[in-house]
Amino acid sequence: MHMADALISPAVGGTMWAVSAGLIGHCSKKVKNEMDDQKIPLMGVMGAFIFAAQMINFTIPVTGSSGHLGGGMILSILLGPHIAFLTMASVLTVQALFFADGGLLALGCNIFNLGFFPCFIAYPLIYKRIAGKNPTRKNILTGALIAAIAGLQMGAFAVVMETVLSGVSELPFRTFLLLMQPIHLAIGTVEGLTTAAVVFFIWRARPEILNAAASSAPIGGISIRSVLTGIAVATLITGGTLSWFASSNPDGLEWAMFKTAGVEELETSHNLHLSLSEVQKKTAFLPDYGFQSDGSELLLNEKENSEEYGGTAATTEAKKHEASSWPSIDSGTSVSGLIGGLLTLTLAVAIGFILRYKKSNV
Amino acid sequence: MANLQNNLFDIFYMDTLASGETWLHRLDPRAKVLTTLIFVGTVVSCGKYEISMLIPFTLYPVAIVALANLPVLYIIKKMTLLMPFAFFIGIFNPIMDRAVILKIDLTDIFVWMDSIGLNNLMGLIDIIGLKGIVGTIDVSGGWISFFSIMMRFCLTVGAALILICTTGFDSVCMALQKFGVPSPFIAQLMFLYRYMFVLIDEASRMVRARALRTFDTGHMKLDLFAPMIGQLLLRTLDRAQRIHLAMCCRGFDGHIHMVRKMDLGMSEILFTIGWFFAFVIFRMYNIPIGLGKFLSEIL
Amino acid sequence: MSHHIVQADNLHYTYPDGTLGLDNINFKIHHGESVALVGSNGAGKSTLLLHLIGCLTPTRGDIRIGDYPLNKKNLKSIRRSVGMVFQDPDDQLFMPTVFDDVAFGPINLGLPEAEIEKRVTAALETVGVPHLIKRSPQKLSGGEKRSVAIATVLATTPDILIMDEPSSNLDPASRRRLIHLLKTFTHTKIIATHDLDMALEICGRTIVLNNGKIVADGQTIQLFQDVKLLEMSGLEKPLTMQGCPVCSKEHPPVIAR
Ligand SMILES: Nc1ncnc2c1ncn2[C@@H]1O[C@H](COP(=O)(O)OP(=O)(O)OP(=O)(O)O)[C@@H](O)[C@H]1O
Ligand SMILES: [Mg+2]
Repeated sequence: MHMADALISPAVGGTMWAVSAGLIGHCSKKVKNEMDDQKIPLMGVMGAFIFAAQMINFTIPVTGSSGHLGGGMILSILLGPHIAFLTMASVLTVQALFFADGGLLALGCNIFNLGFFPCFIAYPLIYKRIAGKNPTRKNILTGALIAAIAGLQMGAFAVVMETVLSGVSELPFRTFLLLMQPIHLAIGTVEGLTTAAVVFFIWRARPEILNAAASSAPIGGISIRSVLTGIAVATLITGGTLSWFASSNPDGLEWAMFKTAGVEELETSHNLHLSLSEVQKKTAFLPDYGFQSDGSELLLNEKENSEEYGGTAATTEAKKHEASSWPSIDSGTSVSGLIGGLLTLTLAVAIGFILRYKKSNV
Repeated sequence: MANLQNNLFDIFYMDTLASGETWLHRLDPRAKVLTTLIFVGTVVSCGKYEISMLIPFTLYPVAIVALANLPVLYIIKKMTLLMPFAFFIGIFNPIMDRAVILKIDLTDIFVWMDSIGLNNLMGLIDIIGLKGIVGTIDVSGGWISFFSIMMRFCLTVGAALILICTTGFDSVCMALQKFGVPSPFIAQLMFLYRYMFVLIDEASRMVRARALRTFDTGHMKLDLFAPMIGQLLLRTLDRAQRIHLAMCCRGFDGHIHMVRKMDLGMSEILFTIGWFFAFVIFRMYNIPIGLGKFLSEIL
Repeated sequence: MSHHIVQADNLHYTYPDGTLGLDNINFKIHHGESVALVGSNGAGKSTLLLHLIGCLTPTRGDIRIGDYPLNKKNLKSIRRSVGMVFQDPDDQLFMPTVFDDVAFGPINLGLPEAEIEKRVTAALETVGVPHLIKRSPQKLSGGEKRSVAIATVLATTPDILIMDEPSSNLDPASRRRLIHLLKTFTHTKIIATHDLDMALEICGRTIVLNNGKIVADGQTIQLFQDVKLLEMSGLEKPLTMQGCPVCSKEHPPVIAR
């Protein structure tokens, strides 16, 4: 599954961009140094192959739904992890640009989820151990099946983590996880089976291709530790930069919090299961980049405020009070927001029309 | 299968759009790539309950579509086709997050309309007896963030589509190369793009040949699928070899060099900086709310 | 200029999977000669051409291009003087636009930018498609692709032109244009083809291959009259040399000298 721009926060998106860019840089260097120039057209054309192959579907027995070849695992088996990763990254980039699969900011996440796990973890640690040296029919099948499933499970888990950390979607961690993992178990099984079938075909038709790939692809090109360090560093840097931006700009973070905090009394009357602390967790963690200190203090103040007023249920007064201190939710603001919004939209479209009209008249 | 060809035609069409001749098309790709990235970054950085703040951002896609003569309906159609995914994730928000964070008092609107002299609407409502019904609308945080997600989706996806339709894939690649993306990856992207067409064509010929000889409604079994994909793969590997030969015959030495005239002139700088400031302003000041307030004050 | 000769001595080649590619090939082609390479499918034409540009290395035997033996050391300089047009133009057009593609060779030769542009336009004009310069290869028709593929090779100004089935996939008018074009070239030409009429028009000399062996080497017009030879190598008399289907009289064909 692809992550989408709309679902991630810039901190998560930026971090994953940095990580994926680092991996691409690393692989490019590796590829530049080590390989013969014959591989340059080869990897490009293999990317195109993945594209074309993914458009041929087969019918999954019993269910009647259709499946197609996955990317990362078969590429790793044929080309080795580094080239496979670059190829996967290029496929995802084209998908992001032309089919808007995912989007530009989410591209980093997608490259990591669908490229890193199969190429650098599932392939070397699982497939290669099982079927690398001794590719028999049974080994290819077990190796590809387990590796594909494992790769996709990790990818799915990463999607859940990224979504939850971004905090744009309200899906709770557990529900989302329970939704994603079984689906990807099925997808992984299909990918494993197709990969095994195709690899087996190649192994019988042209065994030298697999042998060349197996011998030219050294394991351990990337240590997991260095990737984790990379993620940590990238998180610190993007998190730091973005929270600096956010703090220099009062509305983004505090406003969202006060909005939620300000309606505490409504909340308690409507649904009790949403306690303030939960709200705080949800809204204050990451999406607004205020990780601690001043943000939570303000939130506490606000809580006291709203408790004072909440008891009397004098909503209008409470709202007026808040409205005076925070540009928030009183109905006057919302009405003017509504009207202003419509007006802005109309204005934008009008500018579009004028621009086009002027052009066609020039 | 039909899907396969459609995708191809779709890419062809976007490619054709990219070869337009407007001022925007001629702009250095670097300016457009950079502006798009800034745009996506600022849009996504808006708080999760923002709707009004996102509205001014529509100016960018609208203006570019207008200036570059892009077909509006096509862009909208493409975005709608992609909508379901964001929808399915986003729709959980209203379910999970029921806390009311916005109350729209409709009477306020009528009062406001009265105040600007729209013929005593309040009285009308009193007469019809709607007063009780036309009360306040409670909007939960979930719905607001849902709409916010959908808006972000449209904006970010739209920006990516517009970039490709005004710039073309190879120019985007050249821009990325100038931005320091490693050359093996650029070569990779360019080869992928070039041979995507050739291989999709080859794949669809194979699928068609199979369909013509199986006489059934096109259920492909795995034991047929594997040799077919395998065959395509073998042909691909052979093709890669032939391409390499063709490259070597023309002096290929492991590096792909290209001469492309790209210059960052005044218009590129103005374009990028102009939009940059626009996005920052959209992000810092909630223009719709300000505008609305201003309007209700002067009226 | 003796340095344009192409010479093969006792050439043998076996593909890695054991398929026999070439078997004891001997010939000498002089400067300015046009030679057709004919034979049935799988006779070894493409295999032989790939040897001439050093893409395949013979299992046994030698190739000389000009005054030098073809080996790793002078491969680069030999490839500058030999240009090859491949059987499938999609293999040859790998860059994003026609311009980039035609410029690929000149850039690798290290020419200055102004000269590169001049060569690109000149090459495209020679093959009659200067208007395609900005297009991307995936949007060209088969014949246009072929023309551009030839231009990519001409842009490197080779002395020897090697072509693998240049007239396949062309409509009659494009084929005619190609024939005219090839006739105007003073290059040494080696053309593998199934289009015997074209061979008759362009190439004074023909080499017939069968199962990797040379079965005949001589004047085109003479070889093509040898019905037995043609039949044995899976060919048939060119249409222009067959009796007229209406009056069943033989008209003298246009032939190359
Ligand atoms: N990569 C390869 N591996 C193994 N055998 C090959 C390979 N390429 C060609 N051959 C075999 O070598 C022989 C000569 O092939 P070649 O391509 O030279 O024929 P050709 O004369 O060009 O045929 P056509 O007219 O069909 O193009 C054939 O038997 C073919 O099957
Ligand atoms: Mg051939």
